[in-house]
Amino acid sequence: MSDRAYTQTFSALAKLRIPAAAKEPAIVIPAVILGILALIAILAPWLGTIDPALLDPTQRNKLPGFVGQITLADGAKAPFTFHMGTDNLGRDIYSRVVYGARISLVIGAMVAIVATALGLAIGMVAGYVRWSDGLIMRFMDGLMAIPPILLAIALVSLSRAGLTAVIVAIAIPEIPRVVRLVRSIVLSIREEPYVEAAVTAGTPTPVLLFRHVLPNCIAPLIVQATFVAASAILVESILSFLGVGIPPEVPSWGNIMSAGRQYFRIFPHNMLYPGVCIAVTVLCVNVLGDALRDRLDPKLRKRV
Amino acid sequence: MFGYILRRLVSTIPVMFIVALIVFLMLRLTPSDPAAIIAGDNANAQQVEMIRQQLGLDKPLLVQLWVWLSSLLHGNLGESFFFKKSVTSLIADRIEPTLALAAFTLVIAVAIAVPLGIFAAMRRGSLLDRIVMGFSVMGFSVPAFVIGYALIYVFAIKLQWLPVQGYSRIANGFEPWLRSLILPSLTLAVIYVALLARMTRTSLLEVLGEDYIRTAYSRGLTPLQVLVRHALPNAAVPIITVVGLGVALLIGGVVVTESVFAIPGIGRLTVDAVLARDYPTIQAIILLFSFVYVMINLIIDVSYTLLDPRIRY
Amino acid sequence: MRFRKFAFAAAVGATIFAGPQSVAPAAAETVLKAVMHSDVKIIDPIWTTAYISRNVGYMIYDTLFALDAKNEVKPQMVDKVDISADKLTYTMTLRDGLLWHDGQPVTAADCVQSLKRWSAKDSLGQKVFTGFVSEMTAPNDKTIVIKLKEPTGLLLFALAKPSSNVPFMMPKRIAETEPGKQISEFIGSGPFVLKRDEWKPGDKIVFTKFDKYKPRPEPASGFAGGKVVKVDRVEWLAIADAQQAINALSAGEIDYMEQPPHDLLPLVKGDSNLKIVVNSGVGQFTFRPNSLVPPFNNPKIKQALWYALNQEDFLKATVGDPAYYKVCKSFYPCGTPLATTAGMDGLLTGNSKKAQELLKEAGYDGTPIVLMASTDLPILTNLGPVAKQLLERAGFKVDMQSMDWQTLVARRNKKDLPNAGGWNAFDTAWVGADILNPVLMAYMNAACDKALFGWPCDEKIEKLRTAFMKAPDAAAQKKIAEEAQLAAIAYTTHIPLGEYSAPMAVRKNIDGIIDAPVPVFWNITKK
Repeated sequence: MSDRAYTQTFSALAKLRIPAAAKEPAIVIPAVILGILALIAILAPWLGTIDPALLDPTQRNKLPGFVGQITLADGAKAPFTFHMGTDNLGRDIYSRVVYGARISLVIGAMVAIVATALGLAIGMVAGYVRWSDGLIMRFMDGLMAIPPILLAIALVSLSRAGLTAVIVAIAIPEIPRVVRLVRSIVLSIREEPYVEAAVTAGTPTPVLLFRHVLPNCIAPLIVQATFVAASAILVESILSFLGVGIPPEVPSWGNIMSAGRQYFRIFPHNMLYPGVCIAVTVLCVNVLGDALRDRLDPKLRKRV
Repeated sequence: MFGYILRRLVSTIPVMFIVALIVFLMLRLTPSDPAAIIAGDNANAQQVEMIRQQLGLDKPLLVQLWVWLSSLLHGNLGESFFFKKSVTSLIADRIEPTLALAAFTLVIAVAIAVPLGIFAAMRRGSLLDRIVMGFSVMGFSVPAFVIGYALIYVFAIKLQWLPVQGYSRIANGFEPWLRSLILPSLTLAVIYVALLARMTRTSLLEVLGEDYIRTAYSRGLTPLQVLVRHALPNAAVPIITVVGLGVALLIGGVVVTESVFAIPGIGRLTVDAVLARDYPTIQAIILLFSFVYVMINLIIDVSYTLLDPRIRY
Repeated sequence: MRFRKFAFAAAVGATIFAGPQSVAPAAAETVLKAVMHSDVKIIDPIWTTAYISRNVGYMIYDTLFALDAKNEVKPQMVDKVDISADKLTYTMTLRDGLLWHDGQPVTAADCVQSLKRWSAKDSLGQKVFTGFVSEMTAPNDKTIVIKLKEPTGLLLFALAKPSSNVPFMMPKRIAETEPGKQISEFIGSGPFVLKRDEWKPGDKIVFTKFDKYKPRPEPASGFAGGKVVKVDRVEWLAIADAQQAINALSAGEIDYMEQPPHDLLPLVKGDSNLKIVVNSGVGQFTFRPNSLVPPFNNPKIKQALWYALNQEDFLKATVGDPAYYKVCKSFYPCGTPLATTAGMDGLLTGNSKKAQELLKEAGYDGTPIVLMASTDLPILTNLGPVAKQLLERAGFKVDMQSMDWQTLVARRNKKDLPNAGGWNAFDTAWVGADILNPVLMAYMNAACDKALFGWPCDEKIEKLRTAFMKAPDAAAQKKIAEEAQLAAIAYTTHIPLGEYSAPMAVRKNIDGIIDAPVPVFWNITKK
């Protein structure tokens, strides 16, 4: 990297002004909560959980706090307290919710990464390789015209539903927005004198993109990625609700809620705990995204 | 102006063609077999093959694409694999509930969100502002079906004010129609209100910071006069844009809301069709929704010229 | 209620309700609104075996014979039947006054053509008609003559077959449709008329009383007796969410719900306007291994299943309340004439130690079992995870793959190896009426390639099934059925996982529901 690229990357990150950000509650509070959730996800096996798939037909639909027993792998029985009760297969909801943090957070993060990475790549190409621009953007217009949830539903249920399929299906509809964003940045940067100078000096396109364009995209993309992550977690729960999400035995928050929704008048705890988790997570990501946007790029406000 | 509208209309043709192409390829390239599903529980391989031929699914991809596109150009959406009905009549059966739901939601959402956004902007930093903004972030964070079940529990089961489920056609009377729409529309409106209230507030705040607003105040106009005469007209364009963008949200929300409330609209038809691998129906619905989305955004772009004297085409 | 409505109107603004009031329904028309286990997408009950299409069949079509509440064959459209002394010629006379819904009289020729179409499609029909029937004629408008090559006790039973595919009678021109093609005109001679223009798949299907239907004089019993319709109109609404359906039932928006999930029955019990109606008909959960591909092509490995699985676990996990389930170690439904626990000693008790030993002896190499689990039918949803856990405890490696029922149905027809799109096992449920004897029981069919998916291949079982058809009397039938069960255990065609009853939930003002294995709507009153 040249000095200029360094400076640009640095100035983009500098807009974050980390020490100052650390004093702003709208950034600190959601960041800390999300950090705790991530820790819970990582430490799931050591948080007093049992196998989230372990079922016991004799202990179904128990209310939170029920003291029962579990059958270990070797057939021995051990006493166990079900802090959040059990579902209609006698599985421990607490364990499922804790392990569910893994699935739901991974979906949020992966969708954000996949959508921004692909969007960035395509957007840079569209913005810089002139002949491809029309083609790519028409394709993106088409993709964008399809309502995202419909596209995701169709993609997941037609392929074999698994974690990867769900991530891809939620990510694809998000790509066009990222592409548009990146492309508009590329187009404006291309006119900058120092870029024109670099072009005249014969700098190869990939180097150009990497040195001058990428650094300018970082700030807006971080903001965009947070909103994509928040919506991905919600869309996952909607897919599960409609019965086209990841396989129901996989404990994602959406799946736990979807299994519990049939019984929510009798056993509201099935839906309550994962529901609160989703709401808190998405809320934190959204608040964080808002705060980052205000800090990084006030102009983005207009783009929603 | 007319030249502009015409240009925009023409430019939707390639977009719709690409939508059609994407949908077609998506259905054909994913591993699913409508023939086996239609053949039923106890069919053998031969019967499945026969149905595949009847449906034309044994032909090469390009041929299938050509057949579909050419019948589309003749205005024929094809026949549903599953329901043994033309897709057009299938959609026609279902369009009323969905239209009613979407329109009603739009009205509710605008009626709630715009005043909220205005109040929040006028009293920036007040408790009301914070509540509105808090609600707006919350609205983005709770899955729509949770809101739906909560509303049903309170208003339909506990208070018994409104029906639990279903849609009453407007031909069966206005009151039952309205009553059947209230809970679904509220459910669907939450995320829309969140988006719209927020956008109204933001764009109004921006306008309120402009010089001419200060000038207006200095001319002795009351805040209400400033709002109505100067601020709102200038904040309208971004608000309208969001109304348009929100249509995509609305379409997604319709699928969920119709499932919660057992409303026989296009949203549920979508889920049914996808689960049954009913290709012609899925293709038609996605095309239809995309077309609506494109058209609404076109109308909004055009309406800018009417609302904002600075924009000319 | 009136007050609440008023309060609501006032709250929203009374003016908006000043518009045109709803038109009151025509006086005294009784409408029964029901939610069935599934939406109706296909009507032709000969073309598909789907239970919901069969249920529609019982609304609009009629049958020549029918099983009564004691599972005995009784004439229905037929007035009387004469059987020749050599038991080779059956002469049936139709009742007077039978009409199609389009007003035309029902003729013997219509019935012969209907039987032809049905017997080309139905598995029992194929067995009886290709194996035993030599000739079927309609010498006049009222008489059907069926001649046999050799005697079988199953001809009349086949004509009264209670569940999919039921031999429903249709007009000749409709029954001439190829069996492989769906019919597109739905005219029957049954007690209800289909309102074709009001059928909206995914929304509702509507039936009205057939005024010119002539019920038999006997009281209704099972599928037999007089089908007297006591409501004017029946609507089946599609409400996919079971809890929402119960909410609608509580609110009086619907009157009848065919299959509320067992876990939601407390809601029904807790509502003084609702009641639970329990049918004597039962369902049987079933585990179906694929006998064609490894490892279940090895009967020894399949033996381990009998020890690994445990009926009680499946029943508790799926039904929960013991009032609605029964451990039943018999292939045939418990309480029916052929039920027997022969050969079941020590089996189906979850003896994982014994299963592990058997697996070791059989040389199970740890190939993962691809277990297909369906996720969208509430009654089946929990079977998969239970099977997975029990099999794993017994030392199997299990790869459970969740999918919707439609996908499962498509995939189970594939004979490929599991890693190439095939499968090893899945769980399902049968209604008792479908598994009353070894010939009827589709999963006991062990005719190799010609058998249903799973393709069991065992000569002994097939011989016993043929022998059953020729058995002269009930005692001989019982003995053969018992031997068939022993053979099916030894080979492991499939494994019964216990019985459940699926109660209905209805509003208190609904009475007269017939106790039959299929929900039928004649005789029901709404006050």
